[in-house]
Amino acid sequence: MSAVPVTRGSREGSGRREGGVLVYLAALLVVIITLGPVLYAVLGGFRSNAQLAADPAGLPDPWLLDSYRRVVTEGAFWTYALNSVAVAVITTVVTVVLGLMAAYPLARYQFRWREPLFMVFVVGLLFPATVAIIPLFILVTRDLSLGNTWWGVALPQAAFALPMTIVILRPFLMAIPRELEEAATVDGASRLQFFWRILLPLSAPGAITVGVLAFVGSWNAYLLPLLLLRGDMKTLPLGVADFSSQYSSDTAGVFAFTTLAMIPALIFFLAMQKRIVSGLQGAVKG
Amino acid sequence: MTVLPVAPRATTDPSAGRASRPAGARGRDWRMALEIVGFTAPALLLFAVFVVWPILRAVQFSVYRWKGFGPLVDFVGLQNYVSVLTDDVFTGAVGHNLLIVVLSILVQLPLGLAIALLLNRRMRGQGVLRTIIFVPYVLSEVIAGVVWFQLLQPGRGVVETLLGTVGLEGPFQGFLGTPELAMPTLIVVLTWKYVGLAVLLFLAGLQGVPAELSEAAQIDGATWWQTQWRVTIPLLGPTIRMWAFLSMIGSLQLFDMVWILTGGGPANATTTMATFLVNEGTKRQNYGIAAAASVVLFVIALVMALLYQRFVLRRDTDDADVVRGVR
Repeated sequence: MSAVPVTRGSREGSGRREGGVLVYLAALLVVIITLGPVLYAVLGGFRSNAQLAADPAGLPDPWLLDSYRRVVTEGAFWTYALNSVAVAVITTVVTVVLGLMAAYPLARYQFRWREPLFMVFVVGLLFPATVAIIPLFILVTRDLSLGNTWWGVALPQAAFALPMTIVILRPFLMAIPRELEEAATVDGASRLQFFWRILLPLSAPGAITVGVLAFVGSWNAYLLPLLLLRGDMKTLPLGVADFSSQYSSDTAGVFAFTTLAMIPALIFFLAMQKRIVSGLQGAVKG
Repeated sequence: MTVLPVAPRATTDPSAGRASRPAGARGRDWRMALEIVGFTAPALLLFAVFVVWPILRAVQFSVYRWKGFGPLVDFVGLQNYVSVLTDDVFTGAVGHNLLIVVLSILVQLPLGLAIALLLNRRMRGQGVLRTIIFVPYVLSEVIAGVVWFQLLQPGRGVVETLLGTVGLEGPFQGFLGTPELAMPTLIVVLTWKYVGLAVLLFLAGLQGVPAELSEAAQIDGATWWQTQWRVTIPLLGPTIRMWAFLSMIGSLQLFDMVWILTGGGPANATTTMATFLVNEGTKRQNYGIAAAASVVLFVIALVMALLYQRFVLRRDTDDADVVRGVR
């Protein structure tokens, strides 16, 4: 190791040398294939169905706002958007609050049943929601009378998000130095005060990571809302799928609806990209 | 950390060392037990009601013939399992899931590695490229599915138009409507949707590969390709195995994309275990059959996950030590 010249920064190693023209061409190809379908949908919303039929591969000529205007003024777009936000927010809050609470004793208390209790949630990672979907449907609609409500979707989603949340949060809370707890105790703080005043603020980065994962999961969810929500209670993914099958000949309308449903979330999720990736890594390594 | 005498005492209650606390030991124990219950009970309750209970109910439903109303009385033993496992549609679905597991890894691994190594070079616009490659992953499967459904429309979709410009003709019933082409098309769309996750995980893994190693290889006369193949990619092993695990679990539960693109058709060419059980449960009210199918799905997923943990992920403790030792 000492043979490596000290003057070279570690990120400028030969494995990361400047790319040539071919590298840029390959990158361009990746960009076109990745963004092509998304951009086509955005642009398709600015075209008419006649334009789309005459030349599927063309650009908007002229640019039309009709389809977008129709989506935001008529129909249930805003209702679906509100439902999506509400379900995702409830799911996220329940997941993060209950997850932090459960992870705290599992990380920082010493008691006999600690590891078995933690294993309950680790094993829970292996339970896919799909397996329980039919009994869940019956439980929520008949036994709890929560069918077609925000909570009826949010609570099961939060329950299935809990294992991953706790598996990510526990090592995070364990890593907070014990000296802090000692110092707080010396200053007369109880364990509960330590939790509120010191642990919660320090665990904010971890809480944000699991919160983003829970939000993304809920926002994109399809199967559970498909079984539980009808009419005015539908979320955006259900709305997009409905619109696409009901107005399948109105291609421009489908593109406009889909674009409006994906753009705000896309911007938010891309801003949170690092959190999503680190969360997924933590979930498996945990 | 080691300076404090309290830190290494891992097996005792952290508060036990504080003799200055006024309350007696018994009172403290009770208080702590109460706190443990108070903190964990809400999560355990939610988990029990919405995860454990429905899964146990699925097992229960699977041994009854039940149409969704009235009490569970028509006990049929393992007959639902026999029906499901001898149903060509379901065994076909299991085959499709396994095919998707294998092909997702076989296609996305080399592609993801190639793109990750490409993006790992110093180049302009690298940050933007990383963000762009992540776009399909953060879209919901429904939105990605609806867009691709439009692109692939027979006769008027842009994919066929573009093929037309190079003199190729699309299949008469479209890519999603032709039984032999539906599954390959689904794989292509899934690759488009999910390769970005592989790339970002691999890039994060590449950050952990010390540059000194590839420099040393280069000094020894290795070419760029040799360096990647012999040094970088082997060190990515833990990351690759972790990604493959995520990919496998996702492929076994695949539902949304199939439901949107083909609904499992044409002629059950793309049915998965999840579309099968939703179809049986919600459309045909065969709750017993659907439950048996979901238990089979659960057992397959569990066995594959455990085997993977046992034989593949277990190696990573050693690998991590190797990397740490090098550093």
